[in-house]
Amino acid sequence: MYQYDQYDQQMVDARVEEFRDQARRRLEGTLTEDQFKPLRLMNGLYLQLHAYMLRVAVPYGTLSSMQMHALADIADKYDRGYGHFTTRQNIQYNWIKLEDAADILADLAKVEMHAIQTSGNCIRNISSDHFAGAAADEVTDPRPYAELLRQWSSFHPEFSYLPRKFKIAVIASDTDRAAMRLHDIGIQIVEKDGTLGAAFYVGGGMGRTPMIAPCINEFVPLDQLVSYAEACLRVYNRHGRRDNKYKARIKILVHEMGAEEYTRQVEEEFAHMLKRGIEPPFAELERIRTYFEDPLFEEGASADIDRSDPDFALWVDRNTVAHKADGYVSAVISLKPVGGIPGDATAEQMHLMADLAKDYSFDELRVMHTQNIVLPHVRKADLHALWTALDEAELGAPNLDTVEDIIACPGLDYCSLANARSIPVAQQISERFAKNGKTEALGQLKLKISGCINACGHHHAGHIGILGVDRKGVENYQLLLGGSEAEDVSLAKITGPGFDEAGIVDAVETAADVYLRERQDGERFLDTYRRIGMTPFKEALYG
Amino acid sequence: MVDQTPPAEGHGPTTGNLVRYREDDAVDHGAVTVDAFLAQTNASAVRVEPGDDARELIPHLERLALIEVNFPAFGDGRGYSSAQILREAGYEGELRAVGDVLVDQVAYMRRCGFDAFDPDAPLDEDDLEAALSRWPEVYQPAADGRTPIWNKRHA
Repeated sequence: MYQYDQYDQQMVDARVEEFRDQARRRLEGTLTEDQFKPLRLMNGLYLQLHAYMLRVAVPYGTLSSMQMHALADIADKYDRGYGHFTTRQNIQYNWIKLEDAADILADLAKVEMHAIQTSGNCIRNISSDHFAGAAADEVTDPRPYAELLRQWSSFHPEFSYLPRKFKIAVIASDTDRAAMRLHDIGIQIVEKDGTLGAAFYVGGGMGRTPMIAPCINEFVPLDQLVSYAEACLRVYNRHGRRDNKYKARIKILVHEMGAEEYTRQVEEEFAHMLKRGIEPPFAELERIRTYFEDPLFEEGASADIDRSDPDFALWVDRNTVAHKADGYVSAVISLKPVGGIPGDATAEQMHLMADLAKDYSFDELRVMHTQNIVLPHVRKADLHALWTALDEAELGAPNLDTVEDIIACPGLDYCSLANARSIPVAQQISERFAKNGKTEALGQLKLKISGCINACGHHHAGHIGILGVDRKGVENYQLLLGGSEAEDVSLAKITGPGFDEAGIVDAVETAADVYLRERQDGERFLDTYRRIGMTPFKEALYG
Repeated sequence: MVDQTPPAEGHGPTTGNLVRYREDDAVDHGAVTVDAFLAQTNASAVRVEPGDDARELIPHLERLALIEVNFPAFGDGRGYSSAQILREAGYEGELRAVGDVLVDQVAYMRRCGFDAFDPDAPLDEDDLEAALSRWPEVYQPAADGRTPIWNKRHA
């Protein structure tokens, strides 16, 4: 994986000192909270309901064992012994003191990590495919391009006070595991006539006005990638709306201007950028690529798995994914134990995952946008030992992509924006389905819960989505059906009137039952919904 | 090199907080709006508001000695693009950030080509010095012409 050289280290160290100085001026009172707010946000520090929350960047979701150990140490030293993995492959800590924040950033810098641009109206940490470098279906590893864009976007002087936050995802296969088209810019590395290039999708997003990004350029040559991104951003920085924060994302600009006119302006700016000559030397991309070369996979590793233990066999079936190397799989560690808080991990669990990555996965881990952890390169022969260790630490839940594998935002338990709690709803739903035994029959069913319209829990993209709203001071939950964040991307639709907390759990089961009744061979919940439409679900829910 | 101009009497062209990183003398008359500038021919100082299109000035850069870019609120970043566009077009006169210009933004402003600041509230001298000397390197090219890290790696 990528390693800092002295330049990267200098930049991160400088940022720590800058923030230490800013925090000092805030604590002394020379910076007002209004002036300090965008500065702390650009270092990942939010003021939440009960305390400061610090969001740490995990660039393209990739972590080393050493880094995961450091994240665990921070949870122990500065927080309450746990952390929360997020839908943008980052980790956040919920109980941080402002006085400690600079020291935490200094601890992170020692392991080549930071919280730079994990919040604020700037280019955020860049996300990618959690199976990058392992997936059998990728044309190349997308992470070198994400790393190049990380460097380009870090401390970008022109684009640090954008109209609104800006999220970029980079993938390199037709299977979209990163919700690419629901990003401000989604980039898919594609191959054409034996040459790699970048397809640019611009103006997607969730939030209160969800949009699927249109493709504005099907093939940007890789030695013009930065110039094209810079052109996309400049048009947005100049023309994105600043009169209303809810209309300030680039999706609104692309929608109001029209994708065609936006593209025309980008192409005009792009022609200008090419003349400016801002592209990195191609040797830089080559340099970055060397850090992402395959680990030394064992030739002829055994493909046999002893399936005599049924619990283990179920976990293998549900939580492991095909790998490009024979005899290997990617193994998913579920952070969704039945009744647990989606995405949370204790310091002890983080230490264990780090140790297991060292023993079984070439020292590497990935954070998934679905709030689970991947060990990307595991020999099939090691799976039983891995599973045994995970199971003992309550990390062995066999529920990847099932109804129990719920995405949920922190909701009203933590977040100052939320209208309703997400976590208790997620807990009750996973308990309900674990108890009624329908999880297996339901197969792939992506359920996503947001505690407010800002959609951090990706409810628009759930096969089943839940949106918490405030109705006259009472938490109320709307049910949505038919969303997808994958290559078959679609936006979920609201079924009708909302439900109370108990009612929404029943409603999810009712919708699941409609599927079990109506499905045809091989159909997922989403496929059945798309075939039969909303009406049968409405009848069952409200009829 | 830093010229801390003393406070102007009455309604001078600056707030009295002017900091310049130029050797030449400051323009001593006020700037006109972009619309007024484009309508007349003799002004040599213009003020660009966030909603103005800086590219409209490009045909006239030769006769401009001062372009002020106004930041009515520090969070409105359109002025950074205006500055970049003017420098990319070859403007070599004074480029002055005015308005809600705070010390925590000046390093990025310098990178985008500003060489003078006339903030509503004075900048603390020590904080300013610290802000401008903090970054040993830069990741990406900008109007200041500094060599990005990715070029240094392959020099």
